[in-house]
Amino acid sequence: MVTKLKEVDAVIVGLGWTGGILAKELTQAGLKVVALERGVHRNTAEDYALPGVRDELRFVHRHDLMQNPARDTITVRNNVKQEALPMRRLGSFLPGDGVGGSGVHWSGHTWRWTDNEFKVRSMYEARYGKNFIPEDMTIQDWGITYAELEPYYDKFEYVAAVSGKAGNIKGVIQPGGNPFEAPRAREYALPPLTDIQSSKMFSEAARNMGYHPFPRPSANASRAYTNPDGSKFGACQYCGFCQRFGCEANAKGSAHITVIPIAMASPNFELRANSWVTQVLKDPAGKKVTGVRYTNLMNGEEYEQPAGIVLLTAYAINNVHLMLLSGIGEPYDPVSQKGVIGKNYCYQTGVGANLFFDDHNFNPFMSAGGSNHTIDDFNANWDFDRGPHGFVGGFTIGAGFNTSLPIGNRPVPSGTPAWGTAWKAAQAKSYQTAMNIGSSGSVMANRYNYFDLDPTYKNAFGQPLMRMTFDYKANEHKMGELAAKLVNDIAKAMNPTSFNRASSRQSWTVVPYQSTHNTGGTIMGVNPKVSALNKYLQNWDYHNLFVVGANVFPHNGSYNPTGPVGALAYWTADAIKNRYMKNPGPLVQA
Amino acid sequence: MKDDGINRRDFLKGAVAGGAVATTAAVGMTPQAAQAQQKPAAAPASPGYSYLNLEEAAFVEAMVDHMIPADQYSPKGTDLGINIYIDRALAGGWGKGDRLYMQGPWKVGHPNQGYQLPLKPADLYRAGIAATNAYCKKTYGKTFDQLPAAQKQEVLVGLQGNKIKFDSGLPTNTFFGTMYQTVMEGMFADPIYGGNRNKAVWKMIGFPGVVAVHAQNIEKFRDKRYVVEPLGIADLS
Repeated sequence: MVTKLKEVDAVIVGLGWTGGILAKELTQAGLKVVALERGVHRNTAEDYALPGVRDELRFVHRHDLMQNPARDTITVRNNVKQEALPMRRLGSFLPGDGVGGSGVHWSGHTWRWTDNEFKVRSMYEARYGKNFIPEDMTIQDWGITYAELEPYYDKFEYVAAVSGKAGNIKGVIQPGGNPFEAPRAREYALPPLTDIQSSKMFSEAARNMGYHPFPRPSANASRAYTNPDGSKFGACQYCGFCQRFGCEANAKGSAHITVIPIAMASPNFELRANSWVTQVLKDPAGKKVTGVRYTNLMNGEEYEQPAGIVLLTAYAINNVHLMLLSGIGEPYDPVSQKGVIGKNYCYQTGVGANLFFDDHNFNPFMSAGGSNHTIDDFNANWDFDRGPHGFVGGFTIGAGFNTSLPIGNRPVPSGTPAWGTAWKAAQAKSYQTAMNIGSSGSVMANRYNYFDLDPTYKNAFGQPLMRMTFDYKANEHKMGELAAKLVNDIAKAMNPTSFNRASSRQSWTVVPYQSTHNTGGTIMGVNPKVSALNKYLQNWDYHNLFVVGANVFPHNGSYNPTGPVGALAYWTADAIKNRYMKNPGPLVQA
Repeated sequence: MKDDGINRRDFLKGAVAGGAVATTAAVGMTPQAAQAQQKPAAAPASPGYSYLNLEEAAFVEAMVDHMIPADQYSPKGTDLGINIYIDRALAGGWGKGDRLYMQGPWKVGHPNQGYQLPLKPADLYRAGIAATNAYCKKTYGKTFDQLPAAQKQEVLVGLQGNKIKFDSGLPTNTFFGTMYQTVMEGMFADPIYGGNRNKAVWKMIGFPGVVAVHAQNIEKFRDKRYVVEPLGIADLS
């Protein structure tokens, strides 16, 4: 028996950064909004307070703030010939749940993706010719430009307390910042974080090699701060417990201390936590969605929540899953290359080297989420000629510390025994005298990397799990080899006593943790034949359905995704408030 | 205010704990002194196991004392409470698979697909100990805990490298990987979980533990060692 509730103007599925931004913006525009969040409602004072929040075992290794795969997970395989099996425990990526979502426990790295991504196919074809892009590489332009998104990046950065140093203000290169970034209208909201020893040493080496290091922009407030909405931030305390943890100082940009409390103060808004949405409902005519069905996890009762607008704002993977479960759009088929839902799933890649010193001490436990210096010479730098290397995309290289806690961060030189006194001797020395240089690399879309529904395995609601088919292709291997070589070159230049060499990743595996930057599956674009959403993240088939998150990215860049995810949420909110509400219907004619 | 509370609590703990716990405060001692202090701790009262049976307890105690011997860096595994950490972890939610998708069908799969056994961690541990002891009896005529150090080392290296095959078909390296993970967790996790007793392992590596603020220390201690008495969750509770 499903209880049908009273219709609201908009229903939001998942209340993290994107759901929170839309909840705030739409309630302020006068809409009645209900947010359904499958997880619990946590807040800083009770749930992220000292000393309990300083628990590496609980939050990093037991995944206390993450989705529980016992209830719902995905199945995984490297290629279409393999049988997919369930990801039985979290590993390679860690999607969050609960009010605030992954914004509670991210590190805060906030980048502005550029036209190198948004116009990827046209820029590479123009420079290198059509044949440079392999036939199975299904990259396409996003349908949006950096110039359109710039004000929305700015808005997100100022809301989230991003600390950094501008490298390009209105076309004028700024000393100390990233000279390869696209022009921004003004400085970051806050000055950069204080440098730590490892990032300083990396910067010096990189600068001596002719590269352009800069402090990584990050939503860790370098000073106490009040954002333009009046949300208050404490100053970052460099406590060393950032990634995977809520911030007891309210110094990390998170929806649960910014946009969500503003929405919650509005009489137009209602939050229902512990509410698991199982389906988006459609009208029989196939023009509009009518609401969602969900289960109250407190008692197992099912409800239908009718709504004028449905906004899917859950984790990227969950958004795609809900689209497939609801039968919205045509599922993508890698053989015929028809259909769009599930298309262009991408991940990220990376390499890393550990450096061991006798004459330095790094205090890895003193760091912010964004205590890192980075070079963008092989990513946003379009002058970097990919031609001789034969790959599309790019990678950043950086060094510093982020949440370098002792259960998980145990660097020892290669060849050290795994236990006994010799291991302890190496561990006792290396915890404080080793550092890492890492690269983060893009992954281009490929016709055989995609999502669909698994034919065998089911979740706790009896619904099919989503199946992920993914592996790195030749493009990523070529890029990984160059990234490893450059990381090793910088490592050597830093003159460590020894270092464990970086090497290119081979095939993708679900263990260990790599990155929670999963993208694609319901991609934005200019054409309904090859994309699920238009440039306003509005579904081509059902004009009152918007899907927001990294699931809209047609491919994955080397940067962390939250910058464009947050900017696109504001962009979509504006499109709904200023255009859709006045004249409901498709915002782009197919 | 806060400092007074911590000092008082530490003092009370030291006074009440007396023998067994005090013997583990070996950091800063000479190796000889540390080892001399291990002797009284060799026959402590039973720590009380919640999950492990007698055979399993003997295995785990021998395994953690072999992997983490007493030396100038730390007391030995049982004196750090790593056996207690492991027992509690297996008895608790993690050991019972509270975050493990446990629906079939079950397939071996490709290593890239990760953990695929129809066993919760506590079941895996139990089966792995039984299989390792069966292997030890067949090969050496004794259970693991009765072996001399050189043979314990042979067995652990054989498990780690997948050289030993269990008759039951249980994948050796999956068992070893889980076991090793729990030893590391028992070493480095906050002492509230039973291991890392007296924060001895944090002292070994110089990890300050549950520190609230470092903003004022970033520049001051850049490239310099930051030496403090580490604090655990219980110290601030």
